[in-house]
Amino acid sequence: MSVLIFADAADGQIKKSSLEAITYGVDLAQKIGATASALVLGKVTDDLSALGKYGINKVYHIADEKYNQLDARLYTKAIASVVSTSGTQVLILCNNLTGKSVAPRLSVALKAGLVTGASGLPDTSNGFVVKKAVFSGKAYANIKIPTATKIIAISPNSYKTVAGEGKAEVIAAVGSDIAPQVKVTSTQKVTGQVPLSEAELVVSGGRGLKGPENWGMVEDLAGLIGAATACSRAVADAHWRPHHEHVGQTGGSIAPNLYLAIGISGAIQHLAGVNRSKVIVVINKDPEAPFFKAADYGIVGDAFEVVPKLIDAVKQFKGVA
Amino acid sequence: MKILVCISKTPDTTAKIAFADNNTKFAQDGVQWIINPYDEWYALVRAIELKEKDPSTIIHLLNVGGADTEPIIRKALALGGDEAIRVNTEVSDSYYIAAQIAAIAKEGYDLVLTGKETIDYNGSSIGGMVSELLDINYVSLATKLELNGSTVTLNREIEGGEETCEAPLPLVVSCQKGMAEQRIPNMKGIMGARTKPLKVVEPIAADILTSIVSFELPPAKAGVKLISPDNPGELVKLLHEEAKVI
Repeated sequence: MSVLIFADAADGQIKKSSLEAITYGVDLAQKIGATASALVLGKVTDDLSALGKYGINKVYHIADEKYNQLDARLYTKAIASVVSTSGTQVLILCNNLTGKSVAPRLSVALKAGLVTGASGLPDTSNGFVVKKAVFSGKAYANIKIPTATKIIAISPNSYKTVAGEGKAEVIAAVGSDIAPQVKVTSTQKVTGQVPLSEAELVVSGGRGLKGPENWGMVEDLAGLIGAATACSRAVADAHWRPHHEHVGQTGGSIAPNLYLAIGISGAIQHLAGVNRSKVIVVINKDPEAPFFKAADYGIVGDAFEVVPKLIDAVKQFKGVA
Repeated sequence: MKILVCISKTPDTTAKIAFADNNTKFAQDGVQWIINPYDEWYALVRAIELKEKDPSTIIHLLNVGGADTEPIIRKALALGGDEAIRVNTEVSDSYYIAAQIAAIAKEGYDLVLTGKETIDYNGSSIGGMVSELLDINYVSLATKLELNGSTVTLNREIEGGEETCEAPLPLVVSCQKGMAEQRIPNMKGIMGARTKPLKVVEPIAADILTSIVSFELPPAKAGVKLISPDNPGELVKLLHEEAKVI
């Protein structure tokens, strides 16, 4: 038996979400008595033998630069060929932006049952059953994969990375000779900030903050604890904040360790995007705000008074004056 | 330009989520059904915008579902689109559904649009599967789409931002926020939708690669712990010592 983890990279480095997928794959391999290998596409600056720290024996590396841009069709051919030649039974990906693009294609190419957004190791006591969040985090489904080859795309930030000692053997592999057809012409990236999709901590603001000019304290608080910033739909629709910060039913869906919501009432559509957060803190002046029902900790009070005090308290905790 | 827009029926965003038959089926009693918001607001509305720019564009809507889906198909037709096709099956496996869509899509469509995921199964799989079945390109999680002859210029989400890319037709695109703005159908659209063709076809034979064993609800929250607004230091302490998140 063999488990293969596809680990994608950005800017030459393996993404944090893919390191989580690696740990997941290694734990799964141990559970079913298999070996765990990884596959990396494109030129990277990371030392790939260091993936041995996470329990990987072999890293297949297709170092062709054409894989440094995402072309789902090209990625699929390359990954599918390594799955076949390595005799992989279970392929693991992270259900991040790359995973969402290639996992479904691989399911077809390999005729392999796929579960996306998985949140724990499969139950192998009766077949191969994977749990995933459905109904936008309001429920879970247990899904059976009966096919010989199986694919699991795990939710970002749902599995903790564990690193130890070890060195993996890096094996150069070759991809297909077809040319990419999807060409990236420019990148618009917010630098110096934690990407929302990978963030462990998120500070979010809603209409209660009254206007974009009041976002300074949200950013200050986020900066202090190393969090990403997010916002409610009303805020994105009013163009107070960029669309990619919108979390909720029709925006992004996130599952950070901490979601701290300021001035957001917590409509059911907003909850759908954040209800998988491990800890939810709500600051709202309306004690009847529905968000308090979904929260772990709450402060009933005016954000403009509470947040500056909270910033001071965090500064004290962090030991910064 | 011929565009195929895939639409799915989902429970309303405020629907109560409960399960029946020993937690093996979604309890449909009293549930309001809507067009999956990502399919409607982003994929369909963007297709309509493209037709408004170039009236020779043909838009077909495609749903894979039972007869009870027809009201939401008519609602989609009220927003726009020339005609609709329903593949008559209630199977919910993504691969099976994608195979039905691919069988229709290969009949000469330039662009196949889907929402980024459905709000019930959250699979985010159909577009990718269709593209692989047709062996054509796929751009997922697109926030912008412009046509320039036989090339499509798109923006798609990347970690911490967006990137602009170009892809040739034919193409499958999954659409999300930014692509277009939600529209409300007008009276003319609603009246017109009644007479637009809605063709029903039987499914092709296709494999089923996964099956749902059971559903479960997340464990209930213990209840909120309230902290005095005068003492946010207590919150910091709890987040550090009790929740261990900072």
